[in-house]
Amino acid sequence: MSDIADRVRKIVVEHLNVDAEKVTEKASFIDDLGADSLDQVELVMAFEEEFSVEIPDDAAEQIQTFGDAVSFLEKAVG
Amino acid sequence: MFDLNGKRALVTGASGGIGREIAKALSAAGASVALSGTRVGALEDTAKEIGKDCPILPCNLSNLDEVDKLVPAAEEALGGLDILVNNAGMTRDNIFMRMKNEEWDEVIAVNLTAAFHLSRAVLRGMMKQRFGRIINVSSVVGVMGNPGQGNYAASKAGIIGMGKALAHEVASRNITVNAIAPGFIASAMTDELNDKQREGILGTIPAGRLGTAAEVAACAVFLASDAAGYVTGHTLNVNGGMAMI
Repeated sequence: MSDIADRVRKIVVEHLNVDAEKVTEKASFIDDLGADSLDQVELVMAFEEEFSVEIPDDAAEQIQTFGDAVSFLEKAVG
Repeated sequence: MFDLNGKRALVTGASGGIGREIAKALSAAGASVALSGTRVGALEDTAKEIGKDCPILPCNLSNLDEVDKLVPAAEEALGGLDILVNNAGMTRDNIFMRMKNEEWDEVIAVNLTAAFHLSRAVLRGMMKQRFGRIINVSSVVGVMGNPGQGNYAASKAGIIGMGKALAHEVASRNITVNAIAPGFIASAMTDELNDKQREGILGTIPAGRLGTAAEVAACAVFLASDAAGYVTGHTLNVNGGMAMI
């Protein structure tokens, strides 16, 4: 697991108050981890802050799962 | 009771009668207040009356480029924002059959679209800090309608509906969104009414007098305070009983 994935998982676990083992690559924030649409916005804000990147709205809409977030951030930060 | 110490507020239309009183009242309750409006001289007068160091942020709300710079400017000047008062408003009265497209568009742009842009802009900071107060100044006209003010009534009803939708969305983040709907408030405009007009208006107001801007401002202080934390999506009617709804 990359360092980025660990940092993303930490944010997701803290923000959504879920067990770390539930945050798998395919885990959907909304369907599997109990997020609502506002949580999703806040997660994106938290990612932006953690990684000092700007995630445009159309990219943010594509980030539905933990894996989506990690692969986006690996490219953006990488 | 309604302590706003440490809170940071942005008031639009702070050069006008009601906006000026709201800014003064928020400041008197302890808030730091940034003043926005179109007339810099009038804003400076407001700041002088307040007697504290108030950032003055001129903004033409019909220009969306300027609108989108206002919240970042206020956040920078005050170190963040806890309270947004969308008070600025304008009228371009005409009966429906004579109303020009521009008269419709201009009023909707300033009274409704600018309020949408500013509300959207403050959300990020308010969500992060888990505290926010958005107060939209509507009008009894938005609730009751008024001949010759189709555009104004639509904009003032619009901010009530818009605020309710937003109130749903952000209530869980400790952000409240409320409206104040003033009735007839004594102002430079009502000073110009002749005796007959004045009598006609007063006949519709159970309180038998015009309201004061300070009476509207007091409601803003309440809605901005911690005491009003469980009040959201509400419209506070301040109209001397003219419309009991």
